[in-house]
Amino acid sequence: MNQGRVRILAAFGASMLASIGLTVVYAVGGDPQIEGALLGVALGGIAVGLVLFGHHMLPGGQFVEPRDIVPHATAERPGVEAAFEAGVEPIERRRLIAAAFAASVGLLGIAALFPIRSLGSRPGRTLFRTEWRRGRRAVTDAGRPLRVDDLDLNSVVTVFPEGHEDAADSQTLLIRLPDGVTVPGPSNWSVNGVVAFSKVCTHAGCPVGLYQAETQELFCPCHQSTFSVPEGAKPTFGPATRPLPQLPIGLDDDGFVIALSDYTEPVGPGFWNRP
Amino acid sequence: MISRLARWIDDRIGGSAFAEQALSKIFPDHWSFMLGEIALYSFVVLVVTGIFLSFFFDPSVAETTYHGAYPPLQGTSMSEAYRSVVELSYDVRAGLVMRQAHHWAAIVFIAAIVVHLLRVFFTGAFRRPREINWIVGVTLLILAFFNGFTGYSLPDDLLSGTGLRIAYSIALSVPVIGTWMAFLIFGGEFPAEAIIPRLFVTHILIVPGAIVALISVHLALIWRQKHTDFPARGRREGNVVGPKLWPTYAAFSMGLFFAVSAVIMAMGGLVQVNPVWVYGPFRVSEVPSPAQPDWWLGWLEGALRIFPPWEARAFGHEIPNPFYPGVLVPTVTFGALYLWPFLEARFTGDRGPHHLLDRARDHPVRTAFGVTALSFFVLLQVAASNDLLAHRLDASVATISWTFRIVVPVVPPLLGYVTYRLMTALQASAAERFAELPLRAVLRPAGDGAKRPEVDVAGYAPSADGAELIVYREPDGRWRWCYRPLDNGVELRSNKSYVSQEAAEHAALRAYPDTPLARPAEASGSTSSGPRPTSG
Repeated sequence: MNQGRVRILAAFGASMLASIGLTVVYAVGGDPQIEGALLGVALGGIAVGLVLFGHHMLPGGQFVEPRDIVPHATAERPGVEAAFEAGVEPIERRRLIAAAFAASVGLLGIAALFPIRSLGSRPGRTLFRTEWRRGRRAVTDAGRPLRVDDLDLNSVVTVFPEGHEDAADSQTLLIRLPDGVTVPGPSNWSVNGVVAFSKVCTHAGCPVGLYQAETQELFCPCHQSTFSVPEGAKPTFGPATRPLPQLPIGLDDDGFVIALSDYTEPVGPGFWNRP
Repeated sequence: MISRLARWIDDRIGGSAFAEQALSKIFPDHWSFMLGEIALYSFVVLVVTGIFLSFFFDPSVAETTYHGAYPPLQGTSMSEAYRSVVELSYDVRAGLVMRQAHHWAAIVFIAAIVVHLLRVFFTGAFRRPREINWIVGVTLLILAFFNGFTGYSLPDDLLSGTGLRIAYSIALSVPVIGTWMAFLIFGGEFPAEAIIPRLFVTHILIVPGAIVALISVHLALIWRQKHTDFPARGRREGNVVGPKLWPTYAAFSMGLFFAVSAVIMAMGGLVQVNPVWVYGPFRVSEVPSPAQPDWWLGWLEGALRIFPPWEARAFGHEIPNPFYPGVLVPTVTFGALYLWPFLEARFTGDRGPHHLLDRARDHPVRTAFGVTALSFFVLLQVAASNDLLAHRLDASVATISWTFRIVVPVVPPLLGYVTYRLMTALQASAAERFAELPLRAVLRPAGDGAKRPEVDVAGYAPSADGAELIVYREPDGRWRWCYRPLDNGVELRSNKSYVSQEAAEHAALRAYPDTPLARPAEASGSTSSGPRPTSG
């Protein structure tokens, strides 16, 4: 018993020392590792002390109490029902008023639902279009326009429509294909071996961030959908069902890459009324 | 001092009647009954650390430039939300400990709930009359998931932004209402600026409020219905056996609270979690690779990853691919969880009340179903790391994913069948423990010859108890009773005293309707029929 006492006091003592240590560590500037260790000791010491105290010094033993196998109050039920019915009866006699009450609360409830509409903008055609327009330059996220010669052979660059460098749905990959590799899309959609595909995965909308140069495959790190560029960014593996849409591109008079139009189909993940 | 305060309160609200019941209330003792408590106490840690974080977090996506203590991010443009999280981690004293402890507490909270749910499921604790508490518990699990996700999305780092983007796509995939739903939740097309402040108010007010309310209901129902217990000597449907709340159980429970806090706070300081400064701020065109969510979202992530490239299209409308793993799988999962007590009652025809728990073998079908479901989710969880596995095993991601596409639907039912065979074999054999089960009993379930003794469904025979009930008078004149095994086994005393002999006898027989009542000795102070002295 005495030994138990010593252990309990040691546990609480360790906790107290750790708490003092915590204030010191905090005062001299703090350190996450030391703070964590000291917090562990400060709280753990109390835990050990309490458990040892309960174990050594509090009455043990098992007690028993009866319980209601079915916790009902059958005796009171008729009284409850009668009390409720007694209140219902005068209400039922005035059906019109009851109906008017129900209708007014119901209508108020419906009216109160309308502000939900204020939570967001109308989807409308938002999902059907991006910020690409005919003649809009393709720029990096820093706003720098690109010429074909700025692109390394067989690699990708992420571009946005000029002036919309944070438009998530417009992010596009410019790919300068190696010689002899073509894509099945219309030939006037690419320029000097450069093609452009939407960077938004058609599965769950992640940026299709990885490009495998040997096979010209695009790979989405989120759910591993894989798109084959020479096959028109057709999905070859993973949960994606549709190719990445291709953006028709050309060059402006200064030789910078521009869009010839917006995407001709919605980019990104599917939705109910996607054509 | 304490008694004066107690009297002051009693004079005003008459709390003594309740307190008398409460102090002597009995809590059955088993390690598995502490799982729910661990969840409760990690929630307390979540609230405390969360309050601290809310003083420093800035839920705004306004653009800013970083000039804090973390060198690699110097001069980087980022949202105020992300800046405040990095600042909280590097410039606020004790901030990192609090932030990491908050994250670890969330991980422990959800883990404890899940394991607690498994305990309740496999022991049949959800059966009548506890269906309501099962429903409350499943709802708490959903709320915990939801708040985990909203919290994890708040820092506006690259990883959490990716998670939000996937959530947006899943919302978008819902038939008919998907686009409107996604736009109303996010405030417009992703990445809308409204989402971070909305997540913040959801995370720190709406969902925690609901969790507090439902925890209260959960505990009130446990209090009212009393805890279940495993069958054992002296335990009946009509009684509860264990230590009293005051003081022993209270000391242990408080000890558990401090132990849970100690582990979580120590991990908060010592074990790195969610280092958002490594992921970098959210950028619309970037994505971390590899990208794994917190553990409790792994099953959904795995489902999204291995689901085949299918989607339904007809009449100019489509149900996109993420709908099936992202909406259907969780809907069916939680729907089945909600309905399970009612489905089981319907299929077994057992609608009676139960307070003594089952062992796994008592309900082979339930156990087999549980193992099937559990292995299904565990496999999905592993599938969420298909890219890491491919890297580790030097295989292609396609090979790994295809393996999971086959394994996930095939292996769980097989495991379920094996479980069923094992459980029926255990039931038919005399083996007390799993390890004692002879192999031939598994291969030929009914044929091992040995037959276990006649017992009730709970595997326990009250009639073999050999005990009697003793009612006796205490020196203070009040009456108690005890359950005394005839072979000098452990004696169980009533948790409280009664004003009359009749009341004590009545209570004793309610707790043990099958046990004979020994006539008490005359109340002459004789201790001959009183309880044996026990060593405490």
